[in-house]
Amino acid sequence: MIAPAHDYKPSSFEVRILRQAGPGESSHWERHQVTYEPNLNVISVLQKIATQATTAEGKETTPVAWDCNCLEEVCGACTMLVNGQTRQACSALVDKLLAEEPEGIELRPMSKFPVLRDLVVDRGRMFRALERVRAWIPVDGYGDRGAGPRESQAGQEFRYPLSECMTCGCCVEACPQFSKVELTQHVDETDEEFTQRQNEAYDQSFLGAAAISQSMLFNEHPTGHMNAGERLEALMGPGGLQVCGNAQNCVSVCPKEIPLTTSIAKAGRQTTWHAFQRIFDR
Amino acid sequence: MAEQRVLVVGGGLAGLAATMKLAELGISVDLMSLTPVKRSHSVCAQGGINSVNETTRQQGDSEYLHFDDTVYGGDFLQHQPPVKEMADWAPRIIDLMDRLGVPFNRTPEGFRDQRRFGGTLYKRTAFAGATTGQQLLYALDEQVRRRHAAGRVEMYEGWDYLGPVKDDDGRCRGAIAQNLVTMEIRAFPADAVILATGGCGLIYGRSTMSMACTGSAASRSVQAGVNYANGEFIQVHPTAIPGADKLRLMSESARGEGGRVWVPRKPHDTRDPRDISDAERYYFLEERYPKYGNLVPRDIATREIFNVCVNEGLSVETERQCVYLDLTHISRAELDRKLGGILHIYEKFQGVDPREEPMKIFPAVHYSMGGMWADYERTAEGGLVPGSIRNHQTNLPGLYAIGECDYQYHGGNRLGANSLLSCIFTGLFVAPGIQNLLSSLPDSAHDEKYDTLLRGQRAVRQLDHDNLLKREGGRENPYVIHQELGDVMTKTATVVRDNAQIKDGLEKVNELAERVQNCSLSDTGNWTNQNVIFTKSLRDMFPLAKALLKGALARDECRGAHYKPEFEMPGVESDDPAERRRQAEAWCDAFEAKNDKWLKTTIASVDKSGEPTLSYEDVDTSLIPPRPRLYGLVGAEVIEEVWKQRQAAKDGSANGTPADAAVAVASS
Repeated sequence: MIAPAHDYKPSSFEVRILRQAGPGESSHWERHQVTYEPNLNVISVLQKIATQATTAEGKETTPVAWDCNCLEEVCGACTMLVNGQTRQACSALVDKLLAEEPEGIELRPMSKFPVLRDLVVDRGRMFRALERVRAWIPVDGYGDRGAGPRESQAGQEFRYPLSECMTCGCCVEACPQFSKVELTQHVDETDEEFTQRQNEAYDQSFLGAAAISQSMLFNEHPTGHMNAGERLEALMGPGGLQVCGNAQNCVSVCPKEIPLTTSIAKAGRQTTWHAFQRIFDR
Repeated sequence: MAEQRVLVVGGGLAGLAATMKLAELGISVDLMSLTPVKRSHSVCAQGGINSVNETTRQQGDSEYLHFDDTVYGGDFLQHQPPVKEMADWAPRIIDLMDRLGVPFNRTPEGFRDQRRFGGTLYKRTAFAGATTGQQLLYALDEQVRRRHAAGRVEMYEGWDYLGPVKDDDGRCRGAIAQNLVTMEIRAFPADAVILATGGCGLIYGRSTMSMACTGSAASRSVQAGVNYANGEFIQVHPTAIPGADKLRLMSESARGEGGRVWVPRKPHDTRDPRDISDAERYYFLEERYPKYGNLVPRDIATREIFNVCVNEGLSVETERQCVYLDLTHISRAELDRKLGGILHIYEKFQGVDPREEPMKIFPAVHYSMGGMWADYERTAEGGLVPGSIRNHQTNLPGLYAIGECDYQYHGGNRLGANSLLSCIFTGLFVAPGIQNLLSSLPDSAHDEKYDTLLRGQRAVRQLDHDNLLKREGGRENPYVIHQELGDVMTKTATVVRDNAQIKDGLEKVNELAERVQNCSLSDTGNWTNQNVIFTKSLRDMFPLAKALLKGALARDECRGAHYKPEFEMPGVESDDPAERRRQAEAWCDAFEAKNDKWLKTTIASVDKSGEPTLSYEDVDTSLIPPRPRLYGLVGAEVIEEVWKQRQAAKDGSANGTPADAAVAVASS
């Protein structure tokens, strides 16, 4: 809801940003003073800071690097820690933040991904996880084969919320079982070699709630169901479903309110059943 | 010969559709995008995707009527064969998306549900909640991921396209691009380059478009010799949520599901909107356009909202312009099921529940109907030749443009829910032509003989980059210049256009174009330097901005989204039948004269200094003869009557001449 009118409205407010020049470098806090206007969000604050190009102390500084694209919380790019909360910067409204925390606003990059610079992180591991669980419908081809399978309203209403996942990373940022994997490229290593080594490391580490939920999205589709086994195998492999500690943080931070724990529970049932089937089919 | 490869630039719907189709055809693709492709601007599309469907077919709808609505809605400015082809493909495209797992809303029996969109009387629009663009994009993203896993597609996410590589014969042999993290500049050899780089909304500062929609890829190609067509045709969406950083889209589907636009009859009525009775509300779209109601084409809805606020002084608020978009008469459950996504956006950003209180909205820049000029090859019947290497090729051989960044399909005004269709259609349709192009080429751009060319052109871009970093500069701030450019463009080239204002705007843009050369960078480093990347894209906004303004200045008429009141043709006001008839005849004469002069594509070609020169090209209207667009015009009936008589007379004489047989067949 709109912040009530009696809320504290300063003429300017402080923004503290944890900055880092590049991967592996040390980080430091930088303070910025921003003129207050009504209806700002964290992205417009960062835009103002970029225009100012000086810190609160009046020292010249480089513009802060951050990721964003759609600015309406549907692309997932601008995830960061705003006052310690993992969320999208675009939908973090300044009036609300200042009402909760009049001291100012604190911005940090996500902690579970390698920092590229300042607030920009590399979430490639999440996209790799989608590949691991084969998150797609393996259609025969893209020629004309008529409509897809009929689907009940209930079926659509189950799949649609899962399909709103924008791979923003909030769920894994909040997950105690999801730990950072950060590799540095060796001097004598080509880009391809480095990517391969990185993927191997990713493939041994936890998939995270987003990818688990996506595997359920496809297993519940009539065509996707035909190769459900492949996805369940991935969930049962290293870094799979068994790593989940059921902390339930994921579902509480998801900006799209995706029922992630329901997906995880469903994945649990499907993998158990799949394991039985494997034994009896032997 | 080394393996031939295709470079696709842009990972929205068009780029992904092209990539997956090429991969299916066994062609190796390098896919380049500013953002991870899953975060492309197509995610912002909300309402749906159009095609004739089994339900509308039973009401008399057809592919042909979808085609007709599209060209009529576009004020006949688009070449008709590509539009016809697209409308013919539309049902198959939605079937394919359905097979790929897009969670389209369902009827109780399990069929795809449809809603109505603007500019048509049929429920043609399939939808997945109110995040249809996101759902379609994800389906294509998943297919591309599948092809990537199979080794057919290489991903280059986080690369900025700097321009095409042209050989001595003027053929495109690849592109130069820069990595946004490492700042590495690299040459990408390619036997065909497909640009699917979207619109240029950021030229206007704030719009409904995403931050990646700078138009820089189009501009860089245009500066390398590609023609830019119909730049002045910019769609201003009627309903957006005003914001400090962005004007967030409020989908047409809100009206498609029954949303009503109104203002209080009493100016700036301060009462709670829910306390204002029906009689005290002015449902101006419904009153003025009884046939289409709230679902008139976008250009018309936009002008009416603008007019009711600016000229009639009926804006809901005094401080800023806005009107009500009201959904409160629809049940919460239905709203959540069909419009959840957009209501969520309004709630999050405005802090008001639109299920309880009418939304406050105002028009915002939304879509570029114009774009890079792209060719096509037509069949005798008026469709496109499948697999022709000319389809979607720009005037630079080997360089293709698809999706929003091309100028085809939407003419002077795009109908809602046609953009997702045109993006996916062009992506799929271009692929077989590319396949034929590759087999017609005797070699590969990866062959050694092209090394010198590619290295040379890479070095030019590197030098430009290094100079920009080193430059002392004149202390101009690129972000401030961007704001100023946005202000000028928004003031002069949106809803209402006036020649004196455009001239003035053009002068200001020219000044800004000089000043942008003196930008000093606050970051001169060579790692994730967003400052230098932004400054480059800002610099490249100017050639397009100038082309847009010059095109708008020259076009002395009203057509689709391009509205100059000075050249508006008033309707028929008289009550006297004979006088009405005479006025209608005069109206039709004027309409024919206007079409003779202006039913033409504006083509801008840009010289080395970024200055555009205009020329004009005829439009292929051979399938559906242009007719007056009479939505809501006073005296529309009599004008239509006169017009139909004239057409009938023409058709009568045309039947005798074999050369016009195609026209007669099409119109019969």
